[in-house]
Amino acid sequence: MSTLEIRNLQVSVNTDAGAVDILKGVDLTINSGETHAIMGPNGSGKSTLAYSIAGHPKYTIVGGTVTLDGADVLEMTVDERAKAGLFLAMQYPVEVPGVSVSNFLRTAATALRGEAPKLRTWVAEVKDAMEALNMDPAFATRNVNEGFSGGEKKRHEIMQLELLRPKIAILDETDSGLDVDALRIVSEGVNRAKENNNLGVLLITHYTRILKYIKPDFVHVFANGHIVEEGGPDLADKLEANGYADYVTK
Amino acid sequence: MSVLTTNYLTPTGREEAWRFTPLKRLRGLHDGTAVIGDRHSLISQGQLPAGVSFSRETLAPLASSDDIIIERIRGAVSDVAHLSIASNTEVHEPIFLGRGVGAIDSAEFSRVRISLGSHAVATVVIENTGDTVLAEDLEISLAPGASLKFITLQEFDSASVYTARHHAVVDKDATFKSITVTVGGDVVRILPTVEFIAPGGSVELLGVYFATTGQFFEHRMHVDHAVPNAKSRVNFKGALAGRDAHTVWIGDVLIRAVAEGTDTYELNRNLLLSDGARADSVPNLEIETGEIVGAGHASTTGRFDDEQLFYLMSRGITLENARRLVVRGFFNEIVNEIAVESIQERLMNRIDAELERAGA
Repeated sequence: MSTLEIRNLQVSVNTDAGAVDILKGVDLTINSGETHAIMGPNGSGKSTLAYSIAGHPKYTIVGGTVTLDGADVLEMTVDERAKAGLFLAMQYPVEVPGVSVSNFLRTAATALRGEAPKLRTWVAEVKDAMEALNMDPAFATRNVNEGFSGGEKKRHEIMQLELLRPKIAILDETDSGLDVDALRIVSEGVNRAKENNNLGVLLITHYTRILKYIKPDFVHVFANGHIVEEGGPDLADKLEANGYADYVTK
Repeated sequence: MSVLTTNYLTPTGREEAWRFTPLKRLRGLHDGTAVIGDRHSLISQGQLPAGVSFSRETLAPLASSDDIIIERIRGAVSDVAHLSIASNTEVHEPIFLGRGVGAIDSAEFSRVRISLGSHAVATVVIENTGDTVLAEDLEISLAPGASLKFITLQEFDSASVYTARHHAVVDKDATFKSITVTVGGDVVRILPTVEFIAPGGSVELLGVYFATTGQFFEHRMHVDHAVPNAKSRVNFKGALAGRDAHTVWIGDVLIRAVAEGTDTYELNRNLLLSDGARADSVPNLEIETGEIVGAGHASTTGRFDDEQLFYLMSRGITLENARRLVVRGFFNEIVNEIAVESIQERLMNRIDAELERAGA
């Protein structure tokens, strides 16, 4: 059982015009096995929350705390956060020229498991993970995210989620750019990870459609850098009907 | 052939061709003060296949040169280490040449010829190792339809000075692919030059270099499109780390008025891995006819991409290993072209070691 606790998190980003405050005090607790959906309009700070927790250097923590099972996440380097059990599925996964998917995955698995996975079982593991996500085996020989379609990038992120077995995963708009079939396949991957590893999920999205496949236990409405309303799955239905207008003008 | 002994031809550093080169570190190769030792270090490794010979012969130069060191070599040395591959011979395994003896208290002036008869096909690898002061005039002659893959590995030890011209003369429909790798030595200055003498030739000049603290590596191409319908590609990738690491890449491509149907593109990318290093990159395309298929160039110099490092680290990979992955990935495109696994692995390990040594 793991717990990610976010308390009064305040984050700014440096721009040409100086530091701009993005997160204005976020409170959120995610336990193993729970799925939290964060929904909100563009520019509300949802991605900033995701990247700040993962430790992207672009963001400056102004105040507040983030702990994973009591350990101070904000003091950790980016790789230490992953080793502690955090995972970020990115909205725009980055191309790494000349580094093959298979080399990347094995390097990551070696880093996270503390030893190189045994070659034979590893090959089978990767093959199964790829098949489950309906990916062509040739995918493993391609360079990381280079020339991938939007759907391929997202499948690759979820394949990592399944192979690397984090405790808590943040999915940053994993549904964007996916057609109906890809959305279902990717969602099934997330649900497998939940089932197999008792994963806690923070699901960031604009739209309710992914919530048909990945059932949230809690829905949080995010606007203007903090959470403005919280509820159960039915809150998503309300958002679907009314949009974010009520929250943005508040 | 004239022997040039006059001092006024000695470069001063103000000449375009010498403006980047640290002349003081050339151990007298350029100004005639180097003591020429009696060394013939190039040796063939392993048994030569049928149709291939390696011997010392007296040969006149294939092509003229305006490089002072080449002129000095030609003035001092008349015999040539000649690797010859007979017409219609297809050699499937790479032919390895290496270095037997080296010294840095005297210089070796060396002339080398690689010639392929018509429709011969071969891969030749020259492994330059050890500590040496070596000035080399290396000429390659490709008869019609011949195809050569030419790999030179500058894996010298740290005191070495190596200056060379690798000049290929490409006849009708011949194919020349060179991969120049420079990872060792104090000063390395290579002139990969190409001259098309009949239409239909195709040339790829590829290279990688990695200079660390204090090293100077210069690669100065010249591709002369003097005939119609020839194709050339240049792609060099370099990394630099540590104080006063300095690399120079010059890509001169000349498309003469008669060279209609020319297709050329040249590219140089540099990765600056720490402060205090300097990469000079000068593409230079001279076009005398508009009747061409294409001509272009690109040059980029950048640092580690923070987004790449963040992505890798967010998967648990340490900063050090993430950098190693990115650098290996950067070089992969060209190192893969070597297609000799033992060499590729050795080079990647060397690159890792250089990265570690430079503390980048």
